[in-house]
Amino acid sequence: MAEYKRPTTKAEFDKNFKQKKPLMNDTEAYYEASRCLFCYDAPCIQACPTHIDIPLFIKQIHTDNVTGASKTIFDSNWLGNACGVVCPTGVLCEGACVYNHQDVPPIQIGRLQNYATNKTIDANKTLFKVGASNGKKIAVIGAGPAGLACACEARTLGYEVDLFEAKDKPSGLTVHGIAPYKITNEEVLKEVEYLQNQLGFNIKYNATIDSKDELTMLETNYDAIFIGVGLGATRHLGLEGEDKKGVVGAVEFIEKLRMKHHNTKVPAKVVVIGGGNTAMDAASEAARMGARKTVLAYRNSKENMGAYGFEYDLAISAGVDSLFNVTPIGIVGNGHVEGVKFAKTELVEGKLQTNMNNTFIVRCDMVIKATGQAKQGHLYDLIDGLDVDKKTRIKINSEFQTSNAKYFAGGDAVNGGAEVVNAAYDGKMAAQGIHNWLNK
Amino acid sequence: MVDLSINFAGIKAPNPFWLASAPPTNSGYQIMKAFEAGWGGAVWKTLGVPVVNVSSRYGSVNYRNTRMMGFNNIELITDRPLADNLREIEEVKKYFPDHAVIASLMVESRAEWEQIIKDVENAGADGIELNFGCPHGMCERGMGSAVGQEPEVLKTIVGWVKEAAKIPVITKLSPNISHITDPGLAAVQGGTDSISLINTIKSIVGIDLDSYAPYPIVDGKGTNGGYCGPAVKPIAMHMLKDLAQHPEIGKVPLSGIGGIETWRDVVEFILLGATSVQVCTAVMHYGFGIVREMEAGLRQFMEDKGYNTIYDFAGKALPNVTEWKHLNLKHKVIAEINADKCIGCDLCYIACDDGAHQAIALSDDPANRIPSIIEENCVGCNLCSLVCPVEDCITMVKKDDGTQHITWDERTLNDDIPVTFDDDRAGGKGHFVPKPTDALKNKR
Repeated sequence: MAEYKRPTTKAEFDKNFKQKKPLMNDTEAYYEASRCLFCYDAPCIQACPTHIDIPLFIKQIHTDNVTGASKTIFDSNWLGNACGVVCPTGVLCEGACVYNHQDVPPIQIGRLQNYATNKTIDANKTLFKVGASNGKKIAVIGAGPAGLACACEARTLGYEVDLFEAKDKPSGLTVHGIAPYKITNEEVLKEVEYLQNQLGFNIKYNATIDSKDELTMLETNYDAIFIGVGLGATRHLGLEGEDKKGVVGAVEFIEKLRMKHHNTKVPAKVVVIGGGNTAMDAASEAARMGARKTVLAYRNSKENMGAYGFEYDLAISAGVDSLFNVTPIGIVGNGHVEGVKFAKTELVEGKLQTNMNNTFIVRCDMVIKATGQAKQGHLYDLIDGLDVDKKTRIKINSEFQTSNAKYFAGGDAVNGGAEVVNAAYDGKMAAQGIHNWLNK
Repeated sequence: MVDLSINFAGIKAPNPFWLASAPPTNSGYQIMKAFEAGWGGAVWKTLGVPVVNVSSRYGSVNYRNTRMMGFNNIELITDRPLADNLREIEEVKKYFPDHAVIASLMVESRAEWEQIIKDVENAGADGIELNFGCPHGMCERGMGSAVGQEPEVLKTIVGWVKEAAKIPVITKLSPNISHITDPGLAAVQGGTDSISLINTIKSIVGIDLDSYAPYPIVDGKGTNGGYCGPAVKPIAMHMLKDLAQHPEIGKVPLSGIGGIETWRDVVEFILLGATSVQVCTAVMHYGFGIVREMEAGLRQFMEDKGYNTIYDFAGKALPNVTEWKHLNLKHKVIAEINADKCIGCDLCYIACDDGAHQAIALSDDPANRIPSIIEENCVGCNLCSLVCPVEDCITMVKKDDGTQHITWDERTLNDDIPVTFDDDRAGGKGHFVPKPTDALKNKR
C-alpha cells in the first residue's frame, strides 16, 4: 500500500521528504540542553568519531553561548552542521547517552548540534582564521566530506589548498547521496560556503583527476596530495538482462533525486536489491516518490542486514514491502525491465546457498541496485607505489599517509564506505598528518 | 478526621494557606478569586499613603529549565487610594466572613498608625500585619526594613499599634539583619500578638550583559530588589527555627513565609513551628490554583501520620534542630552504589574526586562505567548521593552500631579536642589524601 502521493511540485516533494531531524527552535533547544547531565568523561564524546566535546557544547547552548557551542563543534568536526542531521546518532552519540540505561529518552544531541551551527552559519559568525602562510600547497582530490575537512584544517595550518572536484557541487555524498529527508541541498551547501568564506580554499569544479598527466601536474605543483575520492559508481552485478532500461544504481538514483527532486521519474512498481543503509534509503525514497509498490529484496535474513534497524523501520513506515532470503538471478523484460527473477536462498552449514529449484519473478518497472559501489581502482593504479588492500581500499598509516609518501588519504577511499562523520574525521587528521610530515 | 482550620493569635481561618501581602493581594477581585480557589486567608497588599510605582518591576533567576527559581521585585506598597482598598476589604468580608483578611500596614507617624488601624478595623479586617520588611524603596523613606533593622524603633511602633488596635497584630520581620531574634524579641517586647517572616531579601538578580544594568531595568538603571521564591526557602526556614526555639519569641504564633510552593514546603514550615503559611511567588508564577495541591498534600500527610490538626505536629522538628556541638561524632555513614540502578554518568566520581574526599574509584575497564566506593576514604559527606541523577541509586548506609555517642561539647568538657595546629587529635589525621602530583596523571 502506497502511503505517499506522487509529488508534482517542490513543495509536495518537501512534504513527502519531511526532515527527520527538523531544526530546533530556541525554546526546544533550551529545554533539551537543560536535560544534559554533564557526565564525567562522557560516553557520547567517546562514541563520536570526531570526539566533539558534546556536554560542553550543550552547556554552551543552554547558557546562550551558541557561538561558543559552534566553535566547540567545528573545532572537532568541520562538517558539524551536516553531521548533526545526517549522522546515525542513535548508534553513535545518542546511543551512548547514559539516559538510555534509565529508559529515559537520550539527549537529542544531533539536533542540538545542528541548532547551534545553523545559527552561527546563518549569522555568518567568523570562528576561524587562516593560519599564517607557510608557503606550501596541498592538493585535495575530491571535495567531499573528507576533502573539505582536510582543506579546512590545512588552511588553519597556513597551507594553500586547491580542491579538485569531479562534479559541479561540493560536499560529495552529503549533497548527492544522502536521503533528502535527512538534509536539504541548501543546508549542505551553506555550510561549505560558510567554511569557504572564512578559510578561503579553492574548489575547482568539473575537474576530474583521472590521468597520469593530471597526477604528475599535482605532484609537481603541490607539496602534498590528499585523496578523498570516495567510492565510484554502483557495481555491476553481472545479471542476465542487467543492461535493460529501468535498471539503475542506487547511488545514481539518489543523486538524481537530490538534484531533480520531484522531476525524478519513479514508476509504479520498484524493486530495490540490497540490505544496507543505501538500500533502505533508496526503497524509502521510491515509496516517497509515489511508487505504488516498492519491494526491498535481500539475499540473507532480516537479522543479517547491514542496515541499521532504524533505517529499515523508516523504509517499512514509508510503505516498503520486504523479501528476505532471495537473490536476483536475472532481469526480465523486453528492452525495458518488466521484472526481476529471484531464487530463494538458504543457510546450508552456515553458508548462504542459492536454491535454483525455487525461483519466482517479481513484476516491476524499475530495479534499483543497492549492492555496493565500485572502488576508484583505476585512479589508484595511476599513482606510483600506492598500496591498496584486497578490497581496493587505500592503505594508510596512523598519520593517514599512503605508501607513496606524498599522498595521504581518508574517507570512503580508505574505509570502503562509512559515514560522513568518519570522512570528516579522516580529512582533518590527514591534514595534521601532512603538516607533521612536511615539518619533519 | 483532618481539620485544617486554624486560630492564629485570634485570627480564625478555614486553613493555614494565606496569601502574603504582595501583588496577588492588590485588590478585592484577586482575593475573592483566591478564596474561591481554596485559600484560607489573605494579607492585603500593604496599605499606607499610596505610592507611585515604576514600570518594569520584577526580575528572576532561572535555573536550568526552571523559571523563577528566585524572584525579585521593586514594586512598592499599594498605589491605590486607601478608600478604594477599604471598600473592597469590606466587600470581601461580606462574601467570605469566615476567611481571614489581614491588613498589611506601613505608615510613618503615630497619628497615621492610629488612623489607619481604625480605618481597617472599621472595614472589617480580622487582623493587622506590620510591614517592617520591605527592603526596597520604602526603606529609603524610613519605613519597611528600615524599621525591621532597628529593634528599638520597631518595639516603639509595635507599642503604638498595640495601644491602638483592637484586632490581633502580626509583626512581619525583615531577614536583612544578622540575628533575626533581635527584631523578633523587640516585637514581642513591644507586645505583638504574633510574628510573620521572612519578608524579601535585598538582592540583585542579574546584570544585563549589553546595557550593564541590573534587572529589572528601568530606563537603563536599576535598584536592589526584594528576593523571594523557592531559592529563599532555606533562609526563611532557618530564621523561623531561630524564632521558634527562642524561649520568649517562641511563645507567640509564627506565620512562615519564604519560597513556599508545595505541600511539602508547608509541612516543613509547620514542623519548624509555623502555624500559618503565606505564599506569594508561587501564585505569581502559577496562579491561585496551586493551593489545591498544597491542601490535598497536607491532608494526605496528616491522614497518613494520624494528625487531626496542624497543631498536632507544629514544631515537631524543633527538638532535632540543634547546635553543631551537640551532634554525635561517632555516627558513621558510608555511600553505597546500587550497580543495577547506576547509569554510568560518573558524576559521583568526579564530584568526589574534585569536590570532596577522593573516595570513589572508576573501573580499570573503560567499558565498565559503574564506579565503586573506596570505603576507607569515604567520610560519609553525602555529596555523591546528592549529585546522582538516579533516585535511590546511591544511598548512605549507617556503619556505626549506635552504641557510641560523643559530641564536640562532651569532648571539650573532657579536654579531648585538638588545641594545637598539629594536634594528634585532628579529625583528618591519617585520613587518605592522594599525593599532589597524582593530579597530573591521566585518570583514564
